[in-house]
Amino acid sequence: MIAESMYQELILEHYKHPQGRGLRDPYDAEVHHVNPTCGDEVTLRVKVADGGKVLDVSYDGQGCSISQAAASVLHELATGSTVEESLSVVEEFTRLMQGRGQVEPDEDVLGDAVAFAGVAKFPARVKCALLAWMAYKDALMRSQG
Amino acid sequence: MSAPGFDVERIRKDFPVLARELPGGRPLVYLDSGNSSQKPAQVIETMRDHLTWHYGNVGRALHVLGSESTEAYEAARDKIAAFVKAPSRDEIVFTKNASEALNLVAYAFGNPVGEDERFRIGPGDEIVISEMEHHSNIVPWQLLAQRTGATLRWFPVTDEGRLDVEGLEELVNDRTKIVSITHQSNVLGTVNSVSPILARAREVGALMMLDASQSVPHQPVDVTELGVDFVAFTGHKMVGPSGIGVLWGRRELLDAMPPFLGGGEMIEAVWMDRSTYAPVPHKFEAGTPPIVEAIGLGAAADYLTAVGMDQIKAHEKELVAYALEALPEVPGLRIIGPRTPIARGGTISFTLEGIHPHDVGQILDDVYGIAVRVGHHCARPLHLRFGIPATTRASFYLYNTTAEIDALVRGLHHVQKVFG
Repeated sequence: MIAESMYQELILEHYKHPQGRGLRDPYDAEVHHVNPTCGDEVTLRVKVADGGKVLDVSYDGQGCSISQAAASVLHELATGSTVEESLSVVEEFTRLMQGRGQVEPDEDVLGDAVAFAGVAKFPARVKCALLAWMAYKDALMRSQG
Repeated sequence: MSAPGFDVERIRKDFPVLARELPGGRPLVYLDSGNSSQKPAQVIETMRDHLTWHYGNVGRALHVLGSESTEAYEAARDKIAAFVKAPSRDEIVFTKNASEALNLVAYAFGNPVGEDERFRIGPGDEIVISEMEHHSNIVPWQLLAQRTGATLRWFPVTDEGRLDVEGLEELVNDRTKIVSITHQSNVLGTVNSVSPILARAREVGALMMLDASQSVPHQPVDVTELGVDFVAFTGHKMVGPSGIGVLWGRRELLDAMPPFLGGGEMIEAVWMDRSTYAPVPHKFEAGTPPIVEAIGLGAAADYLTAVGMDQIKAHEKELVAYALEALPEVPGLRIIGPRTPIARGGTISFTLEGIHPHDVGQILDDVYGIAVRVGHHCARPLHLRFGIPATTRASFYLYNTTAEIDALVRGLHHVQKVFG
């Protein structure tokens, strides 16, 4: 029963009812990331206001519950925050995912994304969780030119 | 209902890992032999014994250990030659794996070091593969086409997962230099009928190669009876170790081919500006080979022969027939490949509607200890052809039981519950 701790209710909820899915206009940058080992893919767009507020994170893709739920949670956390705030969440999320299950997550920073803590114990699945988040970081960098 | 004399419970005792308990007290249900098979004590002990008491380098050392190693290594070649009924032991080339065996042949083409007409290739010439190939029987030929300007073509696959040979006459034609297809698909389980394609290849003067990685472990394979020119297979899928593969080729062709890798042991004489080469098979075995792995593979061939390849084939046929009946009970399950146990092996790939194979595999493993493979199984073009990114694959071998298939079906029902 190890994996079921990975499939937290919140992850399954996001997987079954993804938030903010679908590509939308307008956007500043669009990226396409793939996980070559499993074929999961995500196309992601960001729209940032002049003041640095993230107006929209829209995405489309295919993949396992972990990769799709992670994209949905990312959308919720990043949209409406600032570039700086959201990048600190990305950083904490990456630290958690790469921590082999040894990292104590900062719930205040991560919010709902803390539900992915169990994934860090499954090295083969870490890339699934990070796929959309790395795409987001990439898209932000491109949008900032 | 097993074949007479075939006792799966006795066979299971030969494979120590099958009695292993996984964390959380789960028993191991290993349904991933198409990926890599488990090893019997006979293979493990042979390798341990050699490493402990007989190990030396082969082909060059004069001392006792060197000659014992050489003898054991060459005896392994004899065993493999007998296992696939090769007319001559010199036709067995040890490689690192099946991929290397396929590359070895691909690099013989269009190589200025070779002079034989049959391996000359350039713009206007064609190479024929199929849509159901493993990447290792696609990429070497793509690279050959890129190097030489030749054209790569392929047989399509039918909706049922069979090779579509309707266009055979046009596809294999006077421009074809080589046809290289899989003997048994690692995704669909389909066993391809070789003779009509071979007959056409012979008609147009093309060579023919088989990727037999998935057939040699599971059914009696007689290279003479098959009648093709080259056969590639690998040790780790046939209860042998990883790191050792085999290329069988017709002597006369191997003699005509240029060397593949250069180095120690593959030479006859070396000057600063040129070399002459050792006779086959050594011409293709540069450097210190995987000695203990080859010896382990010889032990694997002995083991499989003692059980009986006909018996193994019959046992797997029973398992696959059972699974083809049982699996469709799972709602939303779609089998990718032939749904009848005819001309197919014990490999079944499937999708579960709305549930990604990674999630299927994770729940099966973590809740039930069932090891399956998920993903595109190194056959991405085949998955694209069926319009799916990935499948879950269960593959059976001599040590699997119908009870394990029942466990898989139970596991899949549970997966449905979690994600449904």
